[in-house]
Amino acid sequence: MKKILGIAGLLLFVCLVTALCTDRFLTPVNLENLVRRSALFGVISIGAAFAIVTSGIDLSIGSVICLVGCLLPWLLVEHGWPVWAALPAVLALSAVIGVVHGLLITRLSLQPFVVTLCGLLLYRGIARGITADQTVGFGVEYEELKALGAGRLPREAELGIPMPCVYLAVVAVLSAVFLNRTIYGRYLRALGRNEEAARFSGVDTARMTVLAYVLCAVLAGVGGVLFVLDVNSAQPSDFGNFYELYAIAGAVLGGCALRGGEVSVVGVLLGAAVMQVLRNSIRLIENIPQQIEFAVIGGVILAGVIVDELVKRAAARRRSAA
Amino acid sequence: MSTTAAPPEPWLLVRGAGKSFPGVRALDDVDFAVGAGEVVAVVGENGAGKSTLMKVLAGVQRLDQGEVLVDGRPVAFDSVAAAQRQGIALIHQELNLCSNLSVGANVMLGHEPRTGPFLRDRALLARARVALDRVGLSVDPRRPLADLSIGQQQRVEIAKALSVDARLLIMDEPTSSLTQAEAERLFAVVEDLRAQGLSVVYISHRLSEVERLADRVVVLRDGRNAGELRGDDICHARMVGLMVGRDVERFYQRAAHTPGAVVLEVRGLRSDAWPQHDVDLQVRAGEIVGLAGLVGAGRSELLGCLFGVRRPRAGQVRVGGQLVPLGAPRAALEAGMALVPEDRKEQGVVLDLGVDANISLASLHRRARGGVFVATAAERQLAQSTVQQLGVKTPHLVQPVRYLSGGNQQKVVLGKWLALGPAVLLLDEPTRGIDVGAKAEIYALLHQLAGRGMAVLLASSEMEEVMGVCDRVMVMHEGRIVGELPRSACSEQAILRLATGRSAEGRRDQAGTLEGTVTETS
Repeated sequence: MKKILGIAGLLLFVCLVTALCTDRFLTPVNLENLVRRSALFGVISIGAAFAIVTSGIDLSIGSVICLVGCLLPWLLVEHGWPVWAALPAVLALSAVIGVVHGLLITRLSLQPFVVTLCGLLLYRGIARGITADQTVGFGVEYEELKALGAGRLPREAELGIPMPCVYLAVVAVLSAVFLNRTIYGRYLRALGRNEEAARFSGVDTARMTVLAYVLCAVLAGVGGVLFVLDVNSAQPSDFGNFYELYAIAGAVLGGCALRGGEVSVVGVLLGAAVMQVLRNSIRLIENIPQQIEFAVIGGVILAGVIVDELVKRAAARRRSAA
Repeated sequence: MSTTAAPPEPWLLVRGAGKSFPGVRALDDVDFAVGAGEVVAVVGENGAGKSTLMKVLAGVQRLDQGEVLVDGRPVAFDSVAAAQRQGIALIHQELNLCSNLSVGANVMLGHEPRTGPFLRDRALLARARVALDRVGLSVDPRRPLADLSIGQQQRVEIAKALSVDARLLIMDEPTSSLTQAEAERLFAVVEDLRAQGLSVVYISHRLSEVERLADRVVVLRDGRNAGELRGDDICHARMVGLMVGRDVERFYQRAAHTPGAVVLEVRGLRSDAWPQHDVDLQVRAGEIVGLAGLVGAGRSELLGCLFGVRRPRAGQVRVGGQLVPLGAPRAALEAGMALVPEDRKEQGVVLDLGVDANISLASLHRRARGGVFVATAAERQLAQSTVQQLGVKTPHLVQPVRYLSGGNQQKVVLGKWLALGPAVLLLDEPTRGIDVGAKAEIYALLHQLAGRGMAVLLASSEMEEVMGVCDRVMVMHEGRIVGELPRSACSEQAILRLATGRSAEGRRDQAGTLEGTVTETS
């Protein structure tokens, strides 16, 4: 709870500073855009949180986004697949990717870092191979699909709730219920902190771990679909580049400990939002050169975790003194 | 040892040492002294304070009360480096060596002779050789450490301590992973070092070793000095008397009773660790059966196979006549088995989860609403009643188990399983590192559970515990059950005779010697 207040405070702080520095921040168009981007990254950050809660990691998120984001228009436009076939196909593919990750990690005891690092390279390579490195897109067709994925509510309005927000809300509520209210959420937390003890308590830790990587990959796949509908086309060499890092950073900033066992969906959403507000403010504030975007983001995250650690230590000292 | 020789003047003195951990008073006004050229053994039951005292001397832990004097001057032992500056070196049970480096590099690690940033290889080898000579190890220091046997590596560790001018070596259970021949060679080294004027503090559960090596024995019990023996007074019976120091019979009350039908039946079980031996056993309802044996006899492997956390190679396990699928903890649990594992902190509890979440972890799925949703109220109720029933001392139900004492943690583990109402309770070293009071409570609980018809299988390295708690004792040696003793025939000697596998001992001894000569002369 304290952690969530902290990250909410950080979000508020960054918003305030940006709003004071530029009057282009609090415009309806910018805000709608910001909310839309935050929602998109929120979806993949929740995915990353599922891997992180098991004390694992998924570095392949960006490449899965790329693969799915390229395959969807490729299947639809170049191969004439119907939407009802292409959409389930790409989501099923991401689920399969998750299953493979999970099995390699649990059955062969490979390290999640290594498995998903190879995935990062593999899926982008495959995406570039399939498309011959050519940009794929929807052009002016598939308006219905684009409206569903990237439009807004209400449908015809100039401003409104971006559709990704609706999907994020569904994903977030389901994830929060799953993690906080079901026995599987409890199992994930327990095994993330002490897999051996969970296994000794009769928890099928292997199956739960596979499930976590499947959820992560599927959410990356959902992200890939939404991202490509949002921008209308995908360039295989850089679509989704670094997105796994935004997702992981959002999750960590939102209170997911990399050693596993800790997760808060609200925190992750706030963390993902902080990342997007930061990027937005760098673009808007004229005094910050665009080129140092990464440096600013890195600096803010580092400051955040340092403050968090110091607060934690102070709390521990109070506890031991008491 | 001759009793007439005046004891050497102590150079290291510990006075009024006190140290507390949450829920446990580990050291309470302990005095301790070591003289030059003296081998002092520290003995006591688990949780008596031995390891805490040694960690204090090695600078790993700080005292709450009391002081440490070196050569009459008080010294702050607040870091490992500070203890090392006073010439104190701790030889851990697990060796702290780098297997990827050479023998010489290991001996000189951290104090390599150098010119500026460059290593002086020849000086390093020469100094390493000197140190290795003192422990009777004539291997080439350029050889990779990984080539050496465990016993030789241990002597490398001792040489490493000697190379920084250690005055006091603390050896913690040094023979626990050695063959008989390697242990003999270690004893020779210890005697040699004593002759060179070094002090040695020797900690061991093996009282025969203590009898043989020690000039003086310091006995600790419940964190206090329980007595001291010198010279000819050092004998097995006296040490045990001081260690236990209470009415053993009363401590382990076991009412007469008649066991019921066979609940747990194991046939032809072979584990990966000992694939050549079959294990067969039966436990009846209301019976407490002990599994005794030396470390590595295969008790934990057996219990792990029964509960499915290890996959056996072959065999059948039945609970109440029903065949239990092997290699699946969930299946074992549904069949009515429960395992209190050996490593409480790694396998028993999730330290950062609360008392409530730990207690409910194994039974969560049975109470879940719709099979999926955690039944929060039921969970709280279960935790509440478990805490009350077992007397878990915790400030509140959501307290992370990390902050509980060992005994209370173990009660949480027991509570986790009792929530499932198991028919068979397997326990692996359930009282390791637990203070005496909690031990007695756990024994009483086991008796109560057996009284209600549970079948209990208890593996323990503490002879007394096995003899005191169990109705009959099965003794394991090298993966086999080599004998069974009814409660009336249980004695430490009888168990030990079986556990050491008398006939097998000679063979292993010979093999050990053979292996030793080959590796050392090559």
